[in-house]
Amino acid sequence: MTTRRSFLKIGAAAAITLAAGGAIYRLAHPPALPNPFTLDGEAKAVLAAIVPAMLGPVLPSEPAARAAALDDAMARTLAAIHGLPLSTQKEVQDLFGLLALGPARRLLAGVSGGWAQATPEAVAAFLESWRHHRLAMLQTAYLALHDLILGPWYAEPSSWVGIGYPGPLKELLK
Amino acid sequence: MSPVNTNIPILPSKGAVPDPVRAGLAAGWRVTDCARLEADLTLEADVIIVGSGAGGGVSAEILALSGLRVLIVEEGALRSSSDFNMKEAEAYPQLYQESAARKTRDKGINILQGRTVGGTTTVNWTSSFRTPDITLDYWTKQYGLKDYTPAALAPWFELMEQRLNISDWAAAPNENNDVLRRGAAKLGIPTALIRRNVNGCWNLGYCGMGCPTNAKQSMLVTTIPGALGQGATLLTRARAERFVIHGDKVAQLDCVALDAAGQAPSGGRITLKARHYVVAGGAINSPALLLRSGAPDPHGLLGKRTFLHPVVISAGTFAQRVDGYAGAPQTVYSDHFLHDKPIDGPMGYKLEVPPLHPLLLATTTGGFGAQHAADMAQFPHKQAILALLRDGFHAEAAGGSVALDAHGAPVLDYPLTDFIWDGARRAMLTMAEIQFAAGAQDVSPVHESGPRYTSWAQAKAGIAALPLKVLATRVVSAHVMGGCTMSDDTRQGVTGADGRYHGLANLSVYDGSLFPTSIGANPQLSIFGVVARLASGLAQQLTGKPAARPVRT
Repeated sequence: MTTRRSFLKIGAAAAITLAAGGAIYRLAHPPALPNPFTLDGEAKAVLAAIVPAMLGPVLPSEPAARAAALDDAMARTLAAIHGLPLSTQKEVQDLFGLLALGPARRLLAGVSGGWAQATPEAVAAFLESWRHHRLAMLQTAYLALHDLILGPWYAEPSSWVGIGYPGPLKELLK
Repeated sequence: MSPVNTNIPILPSKGAVPDPVRAGLAAGWRVTDCARLEADLTLEADVIIVGSGAGGGVSAEILALSGLRVLIVEEGALRSSSDFNMKEAEAYPQLYQESAARKTRDKGINILQGRTVGGTTTVNWTSSFRTPDITLDYWTKQYGLKDYTPAALAPWFELMEQRLNISDWAAAPNENNDVLRRGAAKLGIPTALIRRNVNGCWNLGYCGMGCPTNAKQSMLVTTIPGALGQGATLLTRARAERFVIHGDKVAQLDCVALDAAGQAPSGGRITLKARHYVVAGGAINSPALLLRSGAPDPHGLLGKRTFLHPVVISAGTFAQRVDGYAGAPQTVYSDHFLHDKPIDGPMGYKLEVPPLHPLLLATTTGGFGAQHAADMAQFPHKQAILALLRDGFHAEAAGGSVALDAHGAPVLDYPLTDFIWDGARRAMLTMAEIQFAAGAQDVSPVHESGPRYTSWAQAKAGIAALPLKVLATRVVSAHVMGGCTMSDDTRQGVTGADGRYHGLANLSVYDGSLFPTSIGANPQLSIFGVVARLASGLAQQLTGKPAARPVRT
């Protein structure tokens, strides 16, 4: 498993890979006026791997309930992304496109093998390293994932019982 | 039956209180939702106003009452109490710029700004302060704004205080605010109570999601209805693209219709012509519109000196429930640290509290996984204090600058300097000391290293050593000011003291982008008062008669 220290060592290489990764991604997806964000294929596996690490123990452990909650969380994140300006949606699309690329996953995120096989520990290590990374681009990517997964999760009534929030006055709901 | 002058379906009010906006549509207000346009539009008026927030709303009512034909262009949609459901998941995408996630270029500051009819006044927390005397004195000395004395502006503040029922708030502060009051009192730091623009407020605490009871006297339920009742026209989901400039005059304003999601142009075009044009899109969008239009800018000042009151936050955990989501969000403040040093000395800061709602707290709380979940589990016991850093009074806090991206959208570059971080650090120390004095079990300045102090002594040492850097320190803003600085000296500002754009005979800027510095207080009443005076002057010039005075209905 990649340690925090090895992340710091690969700084320059990482920057180059990131730029190249973006270029490769754009070659595969020619630029046009930004389209709305789509979550497909490996990008979906990226989000499915990150959500449990981000949400932690608030996801239920029983497998069927966990799978349902995970789907729910991903749908909420997708809806939140669709509320952003198209140019910002494209930045998020590029981030997922980058993370879906094998070399970027290994070098930048330190996750070997596919996202579907990544252990929760490896994903948490990846998030922690980007959280404090000296490359601003990776730090902002971490913060975007943080806000886009945690924000919408706690915006929904199903999460409120767990945090002792009674919700708005029911008599005034429309 | 009243005539129907809108392409918005007429629906009955929903909810516990009557909806004056839906009633107005039924009574014949002229409102066109440009997302529903089926053909291009060309319209004329005496005055075109871009934006329906604090500046646009006040201008629209005064000009319309004075007998002028007014047309208001708003990028957001028309939503009202029937739609306001107190849910963050709906309110942020529908009522805020960029889903309440608008950011500076380096993503170091998150900006809360409204994008709906009524602008930020529809979603703000109702805090109402006159422009501080020391700020006005600085403008007079540094920018030659000799008509901006406290005495000269007082009648205009008074006018708008009456119009919007700005008054003392009689109810007791909620616990979130009272922690600030009690902690400060223990330390001998004076606090005072915040005046609010409300009428019959239910003390719910959901001002940020649109007032569900129409108690908040935002532009949505006051001046905009006032203007529409006089026959003004409102276009919604229409983005002002550019002014067509011929010589020293604006010939027309080109707008594009937006799609139902309010994000992409639908293809529809709107051409607007008027005798006079008022720019009131707020301090990011107003300079951007003028930049896209190629407005004269011989000294390179347009979009410069944009101020944010950068905000840092300190979160505390208390044994008792704080319930920071319940009750009027902001009722207690302290200006002590705005006055204990010279205005152009080390950065001063104003202390207030933010309301705590789940999405806002979840995104503001750093970290992830088990630690984040543990913090959220304490939600009802969390308390937060914020410090508004007063920018614009020192060379090391000269604000940001607005530029355009490849699509013509505004991008705000705002450097966080060591001078600002010094202010942030002192503010974090003050806030932690107040929270411990009020009995906090632990205190965490909002920072990615996730500090958590259990005593003031620990916090004092910890905060002194905390590396304060962009991205690692959470910095937010709810106040956008400057960028179209006013000064009669063209080397100092792009607009005159009367709000006229230098070099354009028929264009004025009437919003917070006029301010040569930040205000040093929540800016809505500064915008209301200054704009009431400027718009009254314009009404008189255009009609040859004294301007009408708006009154509360």
